[in-house]
Amino acid sequence: MRFLFKTGYAQDLRLFKHGGQVFWYGLLMVLLLAAPYAIGEYLTSQLQFICIYSIVGLGLMLLVGFTGQISLGHAAFLAIGAYTEALMQARGVPFFVSLPCAALLSAAMGWVLGLPALRLKGIYLAIATLAFNVIVEEILARWESLTNGNSGLNLKPIELFGMKLDGDAGFYYLCLGLAMLSILAVLNLLRSPTGRAFVAIRDSEISASCMGVNLANYKTMSFALSAALAGIAGALYAHKVTFISPEQFTLLQSIELVTIVILGGVGFVHGAVLGAAFLIVLPQLISLAKDYLPADVAGTGLQSVVFGLVLIVIIIFEPLGLYGRWLKLRTWFELFPFYRRGMFRRQKSYMKSERLR
Amino acid sequence: MLQLLLAGVAQGCVYALVALGFVLIYKATETVNFAQGDLMMLGGFFALTASVMLGWPYWATILFAVAAMAAVGMLIERVVLRPVLGQPAFTVVMITIGVGYVLRGVVTMIPGWGTDTYTFPTPFADGTFKFGEVIFAEQQVAVIVMTAALVAVLYVFFRYSKLGVAMQATSQNQLAAAYMGIPVRRVNMMIWGLSAGVAAFAGILLAPATFVHSNMGFIGLKAFPAAVVGGFGSVPGAIVGGLIIGLVEAFAGRYMPEGFKDIAAYVVVLAVLMIKPSGIFGETARKKV
Amino acid sequence: MSFFQVKDLGIRFGGVVAVDRVSFEVKRGECYTIIGPNGAGKTTIFNLIGLLYPATSGKIFFQDKELTGLSPHQVADLGIARTFQNIELFEHATVLQNLLIGRHRHRRTALWQELLFTPAVRRAELAQREAVEKVIDFLDLAKYRDSLVAGLPYGVRKVVELGRALATEPRLLLLDEPSSGLNPEETDDMAFWIEDIKRQLGVTVLMVEHDMNLVSRVSDRVLALNMGTVIAEGTPAEVQANPAVIEAYLGKAA
Repeated sequence: MRFLFKTGYAQDLRLFKHGGQVFWYGLLMVLLLAAPYAIGEYLTSQLQFICIYSIVGLGLMLLVGFTGQISLGHAAFLAIGAYTEALMQARGVPFFVSLPCAALLSAAMGWVLGLPALRLKGIYLAIATLAFNVIVEEILARWESLTNGNSGLNLKPIELFGMKLDGDAGFYYLCLGLAMLSILAVLNLLRSPTGRAFVAIRDSEISASCMGVNLANYKTMSFALSAALAGIAGALYAHKVTFISPEQFTLLQSIELVTIVILGGVGFVHGAVLGAAFLIVLPQLISLAKDYLPADVAGTGLQSVVFGLVLIVIIIFEPLGLYGRWLKLRTWFELFPFYRRGMFRRQKSYMKSERLR
Repeated sequence: MLQLLLAGVAQGCVYALVALGFVLIYKATETVNFAQGDLMMLGGFFALTASVMLGWPYWATILFAVAAMAAVGMLIERVVLRPVLGQPAFTVVMITIGVGYVLRGVVTMIPGWGTDTYTFPTPFADGTFKFGEVIFAEQQVAVIVMTAALVAVLYVFFRYSKLGVAMQATSQNQLAAAYMGIPVRRVNMMIWGLSAGVAAFAGILLAPATFVHSNMGFIGLKAFPAAVVGGFGSVPGAIVGGLIIGLVEAFAGRYMPEGFKDIAAYVVVLAVLMIKPSGIFGETARKKV
Repeated sequence: MSFFQVKDLGIRFGGVVAVDRVSFEVKRGECYTIIGPNGAGKTTIFNLIGLLYPATSGKIFFQDKELTGLSPHQVADLGIARTFQNIELFEHATVLQNLLIGRHRHRRTALWQELLFTPAVRRAELAQREAVEKVIDFLDLAKYRDSLVAGLPYGVRKVVELGRALATEPRLLLLDEPSSGLNPEETDDMAFWIEDIKRQLGVTVLMVEHDMNLVSRVSDRVLALNMGTVIAEGTPAEVQANPAVIEAYLGKAA
């Protein structure tokens, strides 16, 4: 067990609380940097996906986990980012201009979607974002002169300052870099007044407004920031898959994105990354397992069943998600042999109404 | 014009029934059941098995599917939902999404069901009859009549039966209901059973129009706007909402450019929410401090 | 000019008149208490002042600025802070974070600075922290600094909520039943703190309270309400002796 002796207020503002953290995160960083040369093309490509999904996951975590607003429409922001990138690249706009544009356009749409959020709560907000998703998807399919409809758009590899990022390693470093920047930005936000205002809105809107938090501003801001991250991820996603069409950005995709937050652990930045990693790794594991299963079971439905079961099991047994499980493991090791069963046990409870909040 | 009205109402009835399933569960447990559409799909498959593979008559098929689905609904509540009783609503919603994934996947694994699309035979087949200027399709009339009958039965059930009243009490305040001696958990289970039964019924009514396949549950995502338009948690709201969505779709399909039909439901729901943030029949209450 | 003034304030919910043309004035530096039986409309007045409910009639002035038409967060920005009868803390945050949210109205940094965590943000954060630590010292909350609110006992939460309101550096502090749910010892502490807030920090206090011991100990003037209307105003002793007040609490003598 580690005890931290605090000697100054600045200590609480540090990103790394102690030397151990510096060491472990540093080691992780080194491993991630070395990865493309060590693990081969296929796994590097999966790591790229994990980075991309982590960025969306962070955006959703900011919105769902920290501001307490629900969105079932994030695939639409992903789509806006992806299409902006594809269209701008086709018109010869360099990547370092088009990426911010993708983020900004997405943020603007997020801001627009945030406006109804001022009046809507819970399920009504969820349905509004869901409706937004469906409408965006339909517009992308129908606005053929711009988006080429259901036949989709193709993308070329990114050119950055005269360098072509068509190799796996180059694109991987771009994704990794952007993911790191996003994480840093979110962490910075969370230790400043804005992040605290988000948390305040999540826990009690009435109280937050009585403390001087402008609910309208901060809710729309949270939506805009979250959408901006999804937009960045969308632009990267478009380059990753090199072909985009409206079918990639459906409601189901949105729901899958929300599961990142749930699987990883609501309210933890780590959770966004863990959830994203899990979402990418799971299908790989399933396809590995398929060889050992009878043909009837190993059909198209297997993935859906396993995914659903994992979701159910994690929510029932680990409401804090994968990160929560990790925290418990760590506590177990730190306290060994004094860990008690039931240390983290939840109280039995009846439903508390959330209709009034 | 009247023709469209009829088609819209018939379609709206199916939406209304699925929406009713949403609302029943929401009212009692404050959970939005994202698996509602998939329950409907499963009900469709049960009915298909009974009527095509076993050759049972239509009415027996309905009874069988509804009863089987009620059992499935109760089982889901017991196994999956009860452990998370009292958790934040959002968590519980995610769990129902998980249930939906599992149901969709399991159906494709069952021999004889799989990923194929099946037609569902009904005694009303394709007959039509004329009344004045309007041609009534028997199929549509049957859907409307059966929906009306079901709604009437549910009304009587909630109004007069002991269980129905207990369900209402539970939906108002679970803790108080528990103190009054109502077995809240069992009532929740019953509600899931009831809701799944209604879903099966909706599945059977929908099946002739959309065929039976493992993804027919996605229509639940259209019934979702229906429930919201009416105001989540209001039973008459679900019916009205369903009818509105059905009608809007029918008219949008006729008078609007192509593609608009598919998003009409969502445009309507956005418009309604802008004006009334908690639906037409939804209660607006605020927290007391 | 008056420090804080309520004029003909009224609200009706449907057919029920919850508050009916209530007027009163609070002087700078005093502790002014509203008493009355349950359902008299005391908390409703607080919610009207905080603009959580739109008033049906009447006006509210704070340092000669009219509050009507503002939104709740603008009221907070003017320097009016409040606590809640049933505690509205940010449950899933630590005590320290709760108090820091109280500093929200003093924030001066822009979003882009916060995203980059520039030195300006760091300086501002350290300053906020120092201000919060003063409150922590004042209310003796040091040992709970890093605990999650959700796990704290009721009495402590009540103090944390008071601390959060103080962290905003209010000019006017609204306390909604500060002693409700506290044991006699905790109530005693609360009385000390309210006196200190008034004397040491020079904050004007407007309070709703039931405990007459606490009321007579700390308040300078008392307003008695019944059924949404004012029935008496004066020093604690005067109001307690007022026949209309006694009648409101105990009923008419037979």
